[in-house]
Amino acid sequence: MSKREKSQSLLDPAILKPALLGSLTKLDPRELVKNPVMFTVEMVALAATVLTVRDVVTGVAGSGFQIQIVVWLWITVLFATFAEAVAEGRGKAQADTLRRMRSETMAKVLLGVGDTFEPRRAHTLKVGEKVLVEAGDLVPGDGEIIEGVATIDESAITGESAPVIREAGGDRSAVTGGTRVLSDRIKVRITAEEGSSFLDRMIALVEGAARQKTPNELALSVLLAGLTLIFVLAVVTIPSFATYAGGAVSVVVLIALFVALIPTTIGALLSAIGIAGMNRLVRFNVLATSGRAVEAAGDVDTLLLDKTGTITLGNRHATRFIPVTGVTEDEVAQVAQLASLADETPEGRSIVVLAKEKYGLRGVDVAELHARFVPFTAQTRMSGVDHEGAVIRKGAIESVIEHARSLGITPPVDEVTRIATTVAKEGGTPLGVSRNGRILGVVYLKDIVKGGIRERFAELRAMGIRTVMITGDNPQTAAAIAAEAGVDDFLAQATPEAKLHLIREEQAKGKLVAMCGDGTNDAPALAQADVGVAMQTGTNAAREAGNMVDLDSDPTKLIEIVAIGKQLLMTRGALTTFSIANDVAKYFAIIPAMFIAFYPQLGVLNVMGLATPQSAILSAIIFNALIIVALIPLALRGVQYRPSGAAALLRRNLLVYGIGGLVVPFVGIKLIDVVVAAAGLA
Amino acid sequence: MTLNGWAQIALFCGLVLLLTRPLGGYLDNVMAGRRTLLSPVLRPVERGFYRLAGIDPSEEQSWWVYARAMVVFHIVGFAFLYFLLRLQDLLPLNPQGMSAVAPDLAGNTAVSFLTNTNWQSYGGETTMSYLSQMAGLSVQNFLSAATGIALAVALVRGFARAESKGIGNFWADMVRVTLYVLLPFCLLLTVFYVWQGVPQNLSSYVEATTVEGAKQTIAQGPVASQLAIKMLGTNGGGFFNANSAHPYENPTALSNLVQMLSIFAIGAALTNLFGRAVGDERQGWAILAAMSVLFLAGVVVCYWAEAGGNPLIGALGVDNAAGNMEGKEVRFGAPLSALFAVITTAASCGAVNAMLDSFMPLGGMVPLINMLLGEIIIGGVGAGLYGMLLFAVLAIFLAGLMVGRTPEYVGKKIEAREVKFTMLAILCVPLAVLGFTALASVVPAGLAGPANAGPHGFSEILYAYTSAAANNGSAFGGLTANTVFYNGTLAVAMMVGRFAIIIPMLAVAGALAAKRKAAASAGTFPTHGPLFVGLLVGAVLIVGGLTFLPALALGPIVEHFALLAGTLF
Repeated sequence: MSKREKSQSLLDPAILKPALLGSLTKLDPRELVKNPVMFTVEMVALAATVLTVRDVVTGVAGSGFQIQIVVWLWITVLFATFAEAVAEGRGKAQADTLRRMRSETMAKVLLGVGDTFEPRRAHTLKVGEKVLVEAGDLVPGDGEIIEGVATIDESAITGESAPVIREAGGDRSAVTGGTRVLSDRIKVRITAEEGSSFLDRMIALVEGAARQKTPNELALSVLLAGLTLIFVLAVVTIPSFATYAGGAVSVVVLIALFVALIPTTIGALLSAIGIAGMNRLVRFNVLATSGRAVEAAGDVDTLLLDKTGTITLGNRHATRFIPVTGVTEDEVAQVAQLASLADETPEGRSIVVLAKEKYGLRGVDVAELHARFVPFTAQTRMSGVDHEGAVIRKGAIESVIEHARSLGITPPVDEVTRIATTVAKEGGTPLGVSRNGRILGVVYLKDIVKGGIRERFAELRAMGIRTVMITGDNPQTAAAIAAEAGVDDFLAQATPEAKLHLIREEQAKGKLVAMCGDGTNDAPALAQADVGVAMQTGTNAAREAGNMVDLDSDPTKLIEIVAIGKQLLMTRGALTTFSIANDVAKYFAIIPAMFIAFYPQLGVLNVMGLATPQSAILSAIIFNALIIVALIPLALRGVQYRPSGAAALLRRNLLVYGIGGLVVPFVGIKLIDVVVAAAGLA
Repeated sequence: MTLNGWAQIALFCGLVLLLTRPLGGYLDNVMAGRRTLLSPVLRPVERGFYRLAGIDPSEEQSWWVYARAMVVFHIVGFAFLYFLLRLQDLLPLNPQGMSAVAPDLAGNTAVSFLTNTNWQSYGGETTMSYLSQMAGLSVQNFLSAATGIALAVALVRGFARAESKGIGNFWADMVRVTLYVLLPFCLLLTVFYVWQGVPQNLSSYVEATTVEGAKQTIAQGPVASQLAIKMLGTNGGGFFNANSAHPYENPTALSNLVQMLSIFAIGAALTNLFGRAVGDERQGWAILAAMSVLFLAGVVVCYWAEAGGNPLIGALGVDNAAGNMEGKEVRFGAPLSALFAVITTAASCGAVNAMLDSFMPLGGMVPLINMLLGEIIIGGVGAGLYGMLLFAVLAIFLAGLMVGRTPEYVGKKIEAREVKFTMLAILCVPLAVLGFTALASVVPAGLAGPANAGPHGFSEILYAYTSAAANNGSAFGGLTANTVFYNGTLAVAMMVGRFAIIIPMLAVAGALAAKRKAAASAGTFPTHGPLFVGLLVGAVLIVGGLTFLPALALGPIVEHFALLAGTLF
């Protein structure tokens, strides 16, 4: 995980203190009404309080037991608000740091003539205004560089201390408000107003202020409200039934039964789970524009991954020298080394390294050679040196052949092409090497597939997610790398249009697609994808189009994002199942206790052997409250998640949370009963 | 419990399984409007009906239009039946000179037959004219069964279709079910029952003098034809008061077997239709498997309770080897009575061949639980499938999140809208059952009903409202229900139990039909294996059990423990 992550203990006083306060303010019914289950508990707790006060005043016997029930009812509500407050508290600290950064920035607003500007407070900036940012200045707002290049310290946002380069044009033109320019000067066109900027969104996100119920959360709330209604029916009809049987049940006991039955555990933890899920993502240095996107990540069926940087290391390495007929491998190595001595690209350096390690050719200083270095250009697509009259070149096969022809030499086109094709089929990139136009051989540049990536893809496959590699390579190379990396499919010679088309095609088949991208030309595809993760280093267009931004600009993270989304849904499901399964034991505690006065035969149902009817009811309600607190860490951490198929996951979770939910309360209520009875509370 | 008893139960189960697939295929073809064996004869008739009514069978209706058509159809059906009963003394085919049916009873009966409940607050042979039986009750037997099947198919279309506005055409569905399925099968069954000795005539009753010299009136009538649809359509309204315990309504062991089979046949076949429609028959088998688990559990408990007999009677020195024989027909005995009771309450039929009131407490609790769970174990024709599918939606949503995806069922994502309407539908049965039982157990008009004291009397009230709300119609007996209070409240319970489920269910169908179909992958919750079956059974039991445990504890459960302690009620 990211470097910024710290283990945040539940008992950290910095979080605990405001959370305790927050749990009280959240008791406000106007706020609590958003949570139908806990709102219901609060209302019946209120009713129980009124009844108990009346009973105490009129001196009804047994009000000591009633008072205890009422106290535990309030504790149940408090535990629920506490859980939410703790979850929010964990985001607050982060938000405060961010907010400090936003406050006192001055902007140098360009007046449109040369570099003249007027200083103005950053929050007055309008979209479309242009500002000048010089070394040492804070970038006043989100924007696009229109002129210049600068190194920028983005650590405030990304947590990454190494400065990054941002320049006008291309895919690295976006700057974020609150970051600091370290060197040079840039002109920036503002693209977001104060309040809707990236920083603002981030603050809102980590604070949970902009939190809306996600689709699944909404559906779950409806379900829980429905179950609550069913239990209203089950409980309000009991007095009539009891009357028929010639007995009576006190209202406070009925309230206790009702609260024990309705799904308070999940009701109390539902919003905490949502906030914690979002925070997990933020701690992973990913910002989602909505909770909906996080949930969608859990549903993803197809992942589109860029080859370079995600599946392979960014750089290719030379692994072999292949001579043409009549040339030795050593000769190719020697010439290739010479051609690459001044080449500072990773590919070039890897050729020198290979020549040294495998062929024992020592590196020579270019300056000593008195050679003239010929750099790579887009026109020639070659680089090399002119050394002692010899013209040494390396480059794309077609270019080297062209180069030979231009020098009046007939190159062995068939042989060279054959070698090149073989290399491409194996997933490599062929590089021709020539001296004075004579093609000596081919350097085999190999794409290095990242370590462990194959296993990741196998995990994804087990989870039912198909991976598609996107690459600009030709189909042969793409196929070879795809096979090596273990992706399910690939899109070779990909253009933005082809990407968009692929996404649409997958979606038409009923699949949800996730992808990541950085360039402006990725924007349509990012917008079309169900989960689009834009890189922080990317353009503003890309950042706006996606529904998540990765601050570390690490495309591999898509896999973690999917896992976080799944974990969020699983946690909700697990606690719902647990909550409902708990009811069985609570019934066995309360039903005999409630009816035993007029139907002693029902004492048989007291399978737990609870001491007295009062202690049984009290123990059930205490268990009901304590289980909320006991599960807060699980709600915040999320249930354990191992990538595997749905059937295996379900079997395991049903076993743990379903069967566990049946068994745990039997044990828990019995233990509490022992304590309650020993302490003489009931 | 005897080997013979188990063998008969096994034979029944085997035959149902054999029927499921071929009948499911036939139903699927009929409902999709495809060509079937009977098309050459019936297609022209079908077209004739459409032309007569000015209906285009290919016109798709949205869920709302479909629901509206269904409601209008029922209002007209109610009025027709109500007035037929009120005016039967003036109409022909009344050889016994039955008087007009009282307003509250006519209303209750009309609702009862309209909602496929067939709760009978009256005795058939002493209340109804032949015209009322044939043109009134039998017709509604056909139509209410057809409605159930049509609605189930509409929901199935919701699952099967993708990005579609319509869920079928109510009128075409009704015509097809009645014409191609119910009528031809009933024709065959009627002939079979006549062969077995069931009367089919319009004669007046026969006066006979028994060997002991007592006068006896032997009722007659068009019994066989009504019996056929009563079973096939899971209606359950007997021609005679004694229902299928009457020797004229169920003369032999063979007629008993065919009656039991015809109760389950269509309900079981519809699960196969569901599988076929969603393109994976295993989905249908999984639903049937969940139903079977619940069914077999009920059969085992009920047979065990009945075969054991009453220990208190055994203690008096009475031979209990045949089990609890109080209120049972000797030609059926404990196993077939127990099996019939479980089938009839599992399937929302409500016909009985033994008196449930005389069952052992736990034996009588099984039928009660079958109904309380919402008649989803095979269930009423159609109603069982849509009820179970709603539970599947609920179960999938409860546990489906645990696989880390938005819950999906046969490719349809289950979201807030579906959950909302499903909960609404599932709420209805508890609302009607618990609400009215609570009312009846405190008001004098309600307390006047039960014949027995204590928990047994409570069970009688609970059973009546459960039977009504679950649209079952079987009677526990013992309850005097032909009063204004019970006729009225039971009628409301029947309507809530039918329409308050149907309308949200159709809304679910509409919402599902409009969704796109998600592709299945290894990450999708598989809904055709034992894991899903277990989950579905668990959800049904937990939701049903949690809702009704307090009521059950005060009825049959306490009675059972009291009986063990030596107290009878």
